[in-house]
Amino acid sequence: MRSEERVLEIIETARSKRPRFKDERVTMAHGAGGKATQTLVEGLLAPAFGMTELADAGTVGDLALTTDSFVVRPIRFPGGSIGELAVNGTVNDLAVAGARPQAMSVSLVLEEGLDAAALRSEVDAMATAAAVAGVDVVTGDTKVVERGHADAMYVCTTGLGRIDPRARMSTKALRPGDRILISGSIGEHGTAIMLARGEFELDAPIESDTRCLWPAVDALLEAAGAHLRCMRDATRGGVASALNELARASQVAMIVREADVPVRPEVAGAAELLGIDPMYVANEGKLVAFVDPAGVDDALAALRSVPGCELAAEIGEVRTEPPAMVLVETAFGGRRVMDLLAGDPLPRIC
Amino acid sequence: MRFVDEFRDAELGRAVAAEILAAVEPGRHYKVMEVCGGHTHSIYKYGVDDLLPSNVELVHGPGCPVCVIPMGRVDDAIAVAHEDGVIFACFGDMMRVPGSAGTLLDAKAEGADVRMVYSPLDALRIARQNPDRQVVFFAIGFETTAPSTALTLKRAKAEGLRNFSCFCNHVTIVPPLRALLESPDLRLDGFIGPGHVCTVVGARPFEFIPSDYGKPVVISGFEPLDLLQSVHMILRQLGMGRSEVELQYSRVVPYEGNLRALEVMAEVFELRPHFEWRGLGFISQSALRLTPDYADFDAEVRYEVPGVRVADPKACQCGEVLKGVIKPWECKVFGTACTPEHAIGTCMVSPEGACAAYYNYGRFARDKEVV
Repeated sequence: MRSEERVLEIIETARSKRPRFKDERVTMAHGAGGKATQTLVEGLLAPAFGMTELADAGTVGDLALTTDSFVVRPIRFPGGSIGELAVNGTVNDLAVAGARPQAMSVSLVLEEGLDAAALRSEVDAMATAAAVAGVDVVTGDTKVVERGHADAMYVCTTGLGRIDPRARMSTKALRPGDRILISGSIGEHGTAIMLARGEFELDAPIESDTRCLWPAVDALLEAAGAHLRCMRDATRGGVASALNELARASQVAMIVREADVPVRPEVAGAAELLGIDPMYVANEGKLVAFVDPAGVDDALAALRSVPGCELAAEIGEVRTEPPAMVLVETAFGGRRVMDLLAGDPLPRIC
Repeated sequence: MRFVDEFRDAELGRAVAAEILAAVEPGRHYKVMEVCGGHTHSIYKYGVDDLLPSNVELVHGPGCPVCVIPMGRVDDAIAVAHEDGVIFACFGDMMRVPGSAGTLLDAKAEGADVRMVYSPLDALRIARQNPDRQVVFFAIGFETTAPSTALTLKRAKAEGLRNFSCFCNHVTIVPPLRALLESPDLRLDGFIGPGHVCTVVGARPFEFIPSDYGKPVVISGFEPLDLLQSVHMILRQLGMGRSEVELQYSRVVPYEGNLRALEVMAEVFELRPHFEWRGLGFISQSALRLTPDYADFDAEVRYEVPGVRVADPKACQCGEVLKGVIKPWECKVFGTACTPEHAIGTCMVSPEGACAAYYNYGRFARDKEVV
């Protein structure tokens, strides 16, 4: 007999299982940061390489290693460009793993016909961002492909950092009662990109939040290092995806208070018009941090003292039930599940 | 956000919820159908359900434009998308709707040039930018979106565009509602009317529901307070033994509708003799096609569409869900074979679909006020 409870149990069991990669072809959904991406990573890559912990950066001794590739379109957008993004994205993966960024590599895949001024400007942007982040670009590579076989330019990077001795973090360390902090307002990068594509004929002063997160991490480690369980930068798939990945890794539940999540009015307005939830929109300079209750006040004060993190807020907490699920308490007083997205964040049509 | 936040005020919500609680008769169970998929989405997104007493049940109706498209039409769309030189433009939700052999997203991965657009005018722009390619727009939706397709076609005609056509799947809301009301297994006390459709057609077309079937209709907005107020208005009618069409969404909906939009629709579209609805079968005069004047822009004239009818998968109970006969979780394949990642039925594909909404949001309701 199928009771409602039984059906819900079946869904939960299915969700907690490792997904299998059974698709016949790669579709755009595999790159969107939602469920299809999770299936690709957990169902194909992790088992093939024998990886048990999926973190933003892997560790080798006291070194942290990360890699990333950048294919953003357009390459320039309000608040940043692909070059700056490539450096910040790479150092941020190190920073949220508790590693001080030291060195990185830069590989460029360039499309035949790319304007030299555009290339020069992106190289300059990388150099500037690297200087700001205090990281040396120590090696690289260049490739050129025929016109139409790449879109202007792609940037692939590797980042190397040294694990900070103050950091004691793991994706499996979350405990019930831990508080969830966000380092500022969400959804700006993804919204800026969407508007920059000009497909919506919407105009709003929204800039990408791309920035180096090491100063924020440094402040957190200094103020509350021993209380810090885990951090993650809320990039592709937004805060919702970052929280879901960690809820899964630690087999805990999370409850997020929607009303406490900072969203700039311009972003909230654009998201409202496009039918998108800012929780799922990409950030490029925001982290979520999990802190045990004893360290939460110090951690929040430290975050707010860092330029760019003034709007940092406590947005929820870790619970036991239901494991591996993220719930939202809506501002209106109801509740819902905040799952990974099944596909792209698609605007609703009526 | 002004003009939005006011309609999401939690304190007012609790006040209306208390009014609702005071309006219900103890021991009586109320089933209210929200016709529109947009309402279903709002109900889950804000947790409106959590504020209702246990004896007021919301049933999700047939008003999600993606959910009602039958498999055969998706197959037709995929066939057109695979035609040489075609750029196939469609709304994002539609890309994941399964036909009998895959989705438009799969067709894209196989090499078809399928592009996501946000408005029919985007498709028109693609046509202007690609004069050497044929652009086909997959038009779907109720009367809400039909006028924008009509305006786009008028513009294409005025510009003399030769490379733009429309695969028309526009449907109308009244015939399926009438079909639902005629079905013997349906037990509903009232309807939350589709606010956005009514901005175009007005409230008058819904008068048959109280006059012929004796059920109240309240045409509602899409914010959580709108929905709560509409539920309250329905309960009040029931309590007083009234049944009529009331307009909760009066800030947007004129009782007579939008005459200009109706004119444009009448110029470009005509009723099809019949159209297949997913789960509901063939319903006569329930969908729109292009008039002979617009035959040059009709993808069904321009291309050989297979037009093969594909039976709904046997296990799928989308029809019963759409009719409100069963709850999503009561479907045999819900949550097992049919999930948002691998949907069998269309109710699972669109976030507005009753099943997807329930799968994503509807699982951890608070303890309700038991009446």
